Amino acid sequence: MNASPHVERDAHYNFGYLDESTKRMLRRALLKAVAIPGYQVPFGSREMPLPYGWGTGGIQVTASLIGAQDVLKVIDQGSDDTTNAINIRRFFARVTGVRTTESTPEASIVPTRHRIPETPLREGQIMVFQVPISEPLRWLEPSETETRTMHALAEYGAMHVRLYEDIAHHGHIATTYDYPVIVNGRYMMRPSPIPKFDNPKLDGNPALMLFGAGREKRVYAVPPYTRVASLDFEDHPFTVERWSECCDLCGSRESFLDEIILDDQGTRRFVCSDTEYCGQRQAAQAHDAAPEDQA
Amino acid sequence: MEPTLTLDPAKASGPAAAGALLSGFDDPVADAQAVFRAALHALSHPGRVTPLAVRSGVPRGLSPAMTAVLLTLADGDAPLWLPSGVGADMARFLRFHCGCRIVARPDMATFAAVPAGFEPPALADCNPGEPAYPDRSATLIIEVASLQEGEPLRLTGPGIRDTQELRVSGLPAGFLAQWQANHRCFPLGVDVLLTSGRQLCGLPRTCRMEA
Amino acid sequence: MYVAVKGGERAILNSYRALAQYRRGDETVPELTLAQIRQQMPLAVSRVMAEGALYDPHLAALALKQAAGDAIEAVFLLRAYRTTLPRLGDTEPIDTGRMQLRRRISSTFKDVPGGQVLGPTYDYTQRLLDFSLEDGEARTVASARAPDAAGATPAPLEAAMPRVTDLLQHDALIDPDAPPPGDPAPFDLTRQPLGFPAARPARLQNLARADEGFLLSMGYSTQRGYGNTHPFAAEIRYGSLEVEMMIEELGAPVVIGEIDVTECQMVSQFAGNAQEGPKFTRGYGLTFGYGERKAMSMALVDRALRAAELGEAADSPANDHEFVLYHSDNVEASGFVQHLKLPHYVDFQANLELLRRLRADHERQHARPTAAGPADVPATAVDSPAAARQEVQTP
Repeated sequence: MNASPHVERDAHYNFGYLDESTKRMLRRALLKAVAIPGYQVPFGSREMPLPYGWGTGGIQVTASLIGAQDVLKVIDQGSDDTTNAINIRRFFARVTGVRTTESTPEASIVPTRHRIPETPLREGQIMVFQVPISEPLRWLEPSETETRTMHALAEYGAMHVRLYEDIAHHGHIATTYDYPVIVNGRYMMRPSPIPKFDNPKLDGNPALMLFGAGREKRVYAVPPYTRVASLDFEDHPFTVERWSECCDLCGSRESFLDEIILDDQGTRRFVCSDTEYCGQRQAAQAHDAAPEDQA
Repeated sequence: MEPTLTLDPAKASGPAAAGALLSGFDDPVADAQAVFRAALHALSHPGRVTPLAVRSGVPRGLSPAMTAVLLTLADGDAPLWLPSGVGADMARFLRFHCGCRIVARPDMATFAAVPAGFEPPALADCNPGEPAYPDRSATLIIEVASLQEGEPLRLTGPGIRDTQELRVSGLPAGFLAQWQANHRCFPLGVDVLLTSGRQLCGLPRTCRMEA
Repeated sequence: MYVAVKGGERAILNSYRALAQYRRGDETVPELTLAQIRQQMPLAVSRVMAEGALYDPHLAALALKQAAGDAIEAVFLLRAYRTTLPRLGDTEPIDTGRMQLRRRISSTFKDVPGGQVLGPTYDYTQRLLDFSLEDGEARTVASARAPDAAGATPAPLEAAMPRVTDLLQHDALIDPDAPPPGDPAPFDLTRQPLGFPAARPARLQNLARADEGFLLSMGYSTQRGYGNTHPFAAEIRYGSLEVEMMIEELGAPVVIGEIDVTECQMVSQFAGNAQEGPKFTRGYGLTFGYGERKAMSMALVDRALRAAELGEAADSPANDHEFVLYHSDNVEASGFVQHLKLPHYVDFQANLELLRRLRADHERQHARPTAAGPADVPATAVDSPAAARQEVQTP
């Protein structure tokens, strides 16, 4: 099933929109990124038809990867149907003609904004994360020259201090998304604004994780089967959220839930953020229920 | 997806008239993409042997895989080093199709390509990058006799679930010691792509290697 | 029962239709032509070319029309188009000393060889709304067509007017502006990301395509004490010149087109140091088309960014290389500011829950002074969202 069946391949543009010279530059950068896990590789980001800040990095990375045999799924906030996901998927349908899908297992490349799918990824799949601010130390130190030096010397103490200050003030670490990690025991990295709920999925994942920041002009990577450790302290180990509610549609107790406000009185429901995962569970439940209905 | 390689013998370096230039990729856009994905897969899964399935002219002295990698990655912004003594046709082919500068010393190069029959430069003689910019480092492409037979090497590290065995013959004596020294320099260091005929194997600097 | 939201694609297609109507406006009003925009809004066209970093008045006019007059949106269109164009090579450097001048002024000397030529400028107009422009033909146009005092249309300016800065350089009063030894190819910001420390060629390229408003404010700040440059406008020139490109096969340069540019050279005092005696130092501004405010602002900021290398105090915002150069591009700035419109509900949810939990802790601590601490879950919290999430340790 093609998720964007109505969009025609536009032959005015090179396959993937980027010219071959730009693709080569990006490809060299990505190979170095994989060789230096978690390190931000500068690249000559181009203006794209979508604005900076709206996923141009992820789009450029995808454009340099994608081939006619690929199957593309695009999600934003975990859903295939949010406006930005649709816009990006239509863009790729237009400049590649590649088959698109909503199915996580069927996809070979998954550009994403702010979520990792609930369905476990497999070897050979590539996640491409949209990154707004690539530098984990940026809020501590505005200067790029300084943060480059800090990474070179693995001088990350200031970030630990910053997190511990939250514990001193609030009793908890106040960072709930874009939670900093250490990759392969060396580089501190921002995993993009995924909720910390998704951080454990990065650790030892069989898929390749690529990160693109178009406006900041950086790409970085976490190879498959690589150690990714969220920052924490012995007396305050890293924790993820769980809900006491379950998904209103499929009953899941394992997935990240979105809160939906239904009326003026503030009536709330919780539903899976990952719409495809939720849809699959609902379909399986309907299938299981069917023989009884027919009885 | 595993890319598969089939080589078209009609395009191999045959009795081309001196001065006639061989063609590059049959389908430059699709072939470069396929080779890039193979190289990305190779560095993401160190030690695994990936076949390449693209067609191109192959100058005398180069293997199909090494030609494919250079056509895909080298260009005017990525200077190339070749050992002295490679044929003029090979240099001409690469200058024409890649538009790359060919530089005199390995430490000046983004890619250092070592075809069969030539000695690779010491890893320490290639550009390891700078502390603030370890990406500004070389990638060494070495043609080896075989990626199926030879000394077994035990690889661990990013990209490898537990361990990965690699059998390779044709690496210079002392390569293991050089590689271990290169690995200790992390994040500085060079990365290696091994080619053999139509096959590709990746060794990123993160890879730990033991005999 | 909650029913999931679908229909994002239809919403987007509807927004295209609504935008097309908004852009066109009242269909009984004649549609704007690109020729009208080019001819009668040349300053808007100039700005879009300058910040779009692409010299093509026709495309700039098209971008302005498509963007319904929004200059930054038009700049974005032009930059995105620029990305698709093949890169053929570099031109020879343009020689602004050989411009066909339409305007040339200097505030450093009362008179200069070639004279002060005001040209088409708003400088000495009174800013009184001209209501004659409400009709088709303005009175001012009619008077421009009338013969001038000499009885004929003004003669073209002298072909060569030496630059004021060249005159100062002749007397060794100003820092020389020669290419670095070996004349290396300049850094290309469109192909490589800016790194620091950034050399002057990279900085100038960044400033040339920078947002006019941002540079204007930065330049203004240097005049009000946030910087120490005390500049003079040695020369401002506006006119056209030919662009040449060396063709290897021909062994000679070929003229590939003619462009309008605006150039500003500011000079500031330099106290000198142990190695060099005192002399004037430059600030340089250059834009496509007619963009004097931008060229002047660029020159002020260029000079401010040189403060550190000239051994001056450099602690004002306009002296800060990273601050200026990383925030000067309005395509980047607009994209990132406006990206806040994208759905952020997953991250907002994460923050919302943390806030609720912190408030619950806070209330608990104030309600029961002897409370054990944040680990307690309030007894009444079953339906409260604060307790809807608990923390679970990862293995």
